[in-house]
Amino acid sequence: MKFAVLVFPGSNCDIDCYKAVEETLGEPVDYVWHTATDLSAYDCILVPGGFSYGDYLRCGAISRFAPVMSEVAKAAEQGKYILGICNGFQILTEAGLLPGALLRNTSMKFRCHDTVLKVANNRTPFTTDFSENEEIVIPIAHGEGNYYCDEETLARLQENNQIVFTYSSNPNGSVLDIAGICNERGNVVGMMPHPERAVNSLLGSEDGKRMFTSILKAWRDTHGAASVR
Amino acid sequence: MAQQVSAKEPTAAQIAEQKIYQQFGVSDSEYELICSFMGRQPNYTEIGVFSVMWSEHCAYKNSKPLLRRFPTSGPRVLMGPGEGAGIVDIGDNQAVVFKIESHNHPSAVEPYQGAATGVGGIIRDIFSMGARPVALLNSLRFGKLESDRVKYLFEHVVAGIAGYGNCIGIPTVAGEVMFDNSYDGNPLVNAMCVGLIDHDKIQRGVAKGVGNPVFYVGPPTGRDGIHGATFASVELSEESEAKKTAVQVGDPFMEKLVMESTLELIDSGIVLGIQDMGAAGLTCSSAEMASKAGNGLELYLDQVPQREEGMTPYEMMLSESQERMLFVVEPKDEAQAMEIFERWGVICAKVGKVTDDGRLKLFHHGEVVGDMPVKALVDECPVYNKPSSVPAYYEANADVDTLRYEEVKDLGGALKQVLASPTVASKAWVYNQYDYMVRTSTAVRPGSDAAVVTIQGTRKGLAMTTDCNGRYVYLDPEVGGRIAVSEAARNIVCSGAEPLAITDNLNFGSPEKSDIFWQMERAVDGMAEACRVLDTPVIGGNVSLYNENASGAIYPTPVVGMVGLVHDTDHITTQGFKQEGDVIFLLGDTKAELGGSEFQYVVHGATEGRPPALDLDTEKKLLSSVLGAIQQGLVQSAHDLSEGGLAVALAESCISGSLGAQVHVETGLRPDVALFSESQSRILLSASRDKAEQLKAYIEGQGVPVAEIGIVEGDSLVVDINGASAVNESVGGLKQVWEDAIPCLMK
Repeated sequence: MKFAVLVFPGSNCDIDCYKAVEETLGEPVDYVWHTATDLSAYDCILVPGGFSYGDYLRCGAISRFAPVMSEVAKAAEQGKYILGICNGFQILTEAGLLPGALLRNTSMKFRCHDTVLKVANNRTPFTTDFSENEEIVIPIAHGEGNYYCDEETLARLQENNQIVFTYSSNPNGSVLDIAGICNERGNVVGMMPHPERAVNSLLGSEDGKRMFTSILKAWRDTHGAASVR
Repeated sequence: MAQQVSAKEPTAAQIAEQKIYQQFGVSDSEYELICSFMGRQPNYTEIGVFSVMWSEHCAYKNSKPLLRRFPTSGPRVLMGPGEGAGIVDIGDNQAVVFKIESHNHPSAVEPYQGAATGVGGIIRDIFSMGARPVALLNSLRFGKLESDRVKYLFEHVVAGIAGYGNCIGIPTVAGEVMFDNSYDGNPLVNAMCVGLIDHDKIQRGVAKGVGNPVFYVGPPTGRDGIHGATFASVELSEESEAKKTAVQVGDPFMEKLVMESTLELIDSGIVLGIQDMGAAGLTCSSAEMASKAGNGLELYLDQVPQREEGMTPYEMMLSESQERMLFVVEPKDEAQAMEIFERWGVICAKVGKVTDDGRLKLFHHGEVVGDMPVKALVDECPVYNKPSSVPAYYEANADVDTLRYEEVKDLGGALKQVLASPTVASKAWVYNQYDYMVRTSTAVRPGSDAAVVTIQGTRKGLAMTTDCNGRYVYLDPEVGGRIAVSEAARNIVCSGAEPLAITDNLNFGSPEKSDIFWQMERAVDGMAEACRVLDTPVIGGNVSLYNENASGAIYPTPVVGMVGLVHDTDHITTQGFKQEGDVIFLLGDTKAELGGSEFQYVVHGATEGRPPALDLDTEKKLLSSVLGAIQQGLVQSAHDLSEGGLAVALAESCISGSLGAQVHVETGLRPDVALFSESQSRILLSASRDKAEQLKAYIEGQGVPVAEIGIVEGDSLVVDINGASAVNESVGGLKQVWEDAIPCLMK
């Protein structure tokens, strides 16, 4: 299985995502520049956190126009796995690959700390290694993580089981304590917490590892035993 | 030589006649000296360039004789003071690069941008050496957290640090914040950056190779920050608000691009010399690079990228627009360099040439608009040995009996009072605004004695801390200086690391005042002595003088930034108690030392007497024995005793570990003194029951006083003194007081 970590000007969790894939899975992973026009070689695309384009205008609003984003849309269409973390989530909503928007935290402050998440949907390709309603510890670090969507969209998210993670203690004002969602098909997930920061107990938590192992498992299930590992 | 300048600018003759140079902080005698170096009267651009190069901020003219007293070398030091940052070997061809710098005056008038650009500047110092920045720290001082102004400064300084560090993606892992009336109106904002580098990648700021092109990298130059270095070298006054134009505006996104592209350029191996444009911008970087190579430099100012129209040479040379670098490559490598910056979308322009005439020559619109000897700019600023005298307050404090206040009987209440003091209280309100986890290497997060960042691909780590108690330094600068270094070392050791070296930020009042200069001298002596005994040389730093407000000078605050090496991540130790049944030990002697203590300030409203004494040999023995015990795996938790003494250290270890403790203290001291004395060279350790005896025997064997004082147990902190109950408080209750203090004040 081959992973891509997108790099926009101002991405700063790209290295962490790369390391997490390398250390947790040992699968091949490449940094892919925002100007890339071909993602056909990749099975999973990670849109990392950071401050792409300095968060100028609005978080993710400029990145969605990067050449690579039309390839990301194509990959989503093809059913490839796409995971947007933090700024990556913001970019995916701006690009229309996920519904809703991320507003300023209600505290009006950047917040960085561990959060307890509930796995609301463990049937996505990203969460099968968790049990349903399991509580896991994953850190957040954002100023604009307050998930918002209109009521109609919210009803649809609930109906389709698109809410993947919720906060046990809401840190930012998100509607229904939403921390992460997926698209209807389940192959695109966006989340504000950082699973790539929770893959080493020395650094606080290992709970994020299982997101990566889930992805690999899902891919193997659909691609037979293609990988030698 | 053409003397034609912008119509608005005074002529060389007018500058002399009207003494316009005085507005730039140049004295009459300095002006005469400049004229003699020039062989004529300098024009407006030239006097501007001289004035910033000869400011305290760039030339250290008042502090140089003192800085020479610091030990700056050691077997591990690869680079001492003089370059962007100092470098220390950590083995395996790797080295750690670090430096601290102040942005006090800008932060006093424009706290968000002042603090943000302070962070941006120190990051550039690190990556211009070729190092990858891996962590940020800070040291902050504000007035009492009561007035709206102090709250505004605090809130926006923290936001500025967060805004810059979070965006550029370097974790802010540690720091200290203290509040005292002394800093009212003149907050201190010191930022420190730590980077990692391979030995063969170390860069220098030299303009090597006559004829080589000089390149400018970064956003266009604007009219911001003009005379920032001069502004930093005078006292703040009511007019300072009007000098907001001397405060720069930061763009962390741009710096992220400049950093990545610069590190890629350095990695390509073609760079001959590189330096960031910090204080005094283009002036300082070009003059220093030429000086270090013994060369000259020509700058073609028309080629300098400009943000605004009609900028004069004076404005371009003195602008402190942020996120800019200057570098030199050979002509054959020009295209390769340009290609790297183009890919990152960063402006890069050829703006000059290395020459052999030792002159800094400025060209604009086809004319020479400035022509100055490099050596005079960089090396010939006069150095002043200011008069010093013992202040009256110091003499008077000799006779103050710190026990003259009535004994405090409600010790639980006093503990809560001290825990609620913003200086002691939880700083989560601050550090939760900082991304302290990005780059996924933060093993010990903010809130413990020192932060620890792991080194990828090894089992090693870097411990780091900033420390200084300005009250101690005020009461006795020499002892206070010794304590600042020792406390930093204690924090490093408590986290399981070996202290390596320090960077210092000397924040003082005006050196023109003899009692302030006395503080500087004594503090530097104390620090230097501690650095010598503890084997932690000074590898770089910064001096910030003229920190004064309407009511006088700030407390002398020589902040110490220390980095230590964790030899194995298994050694990493934190302050929180770990397990029920663990045995608690107090190392070191407790004496009746309340002078300058948090207890004295909070409970009695005073800062007086002499500060706690500190014997460096005792300190050294304590440090080596605790580090030895940790490395042998005998220690569960380690916590240095500092503000609030034993009572606060116990409470913090309980709160951090979410565990209670049963403590019995035997002492000849008054109970309130025993609990709140801030005697130095003390550390609280806990050990599992099966290792407790071994630990005690080991510490005793090292000649360090050690007392078994209790066990980790239950969910309350219960302390009795000589058999009488002293404190009995639930850990939850203490935690709430400690956690709520700052958020409540900031609501």
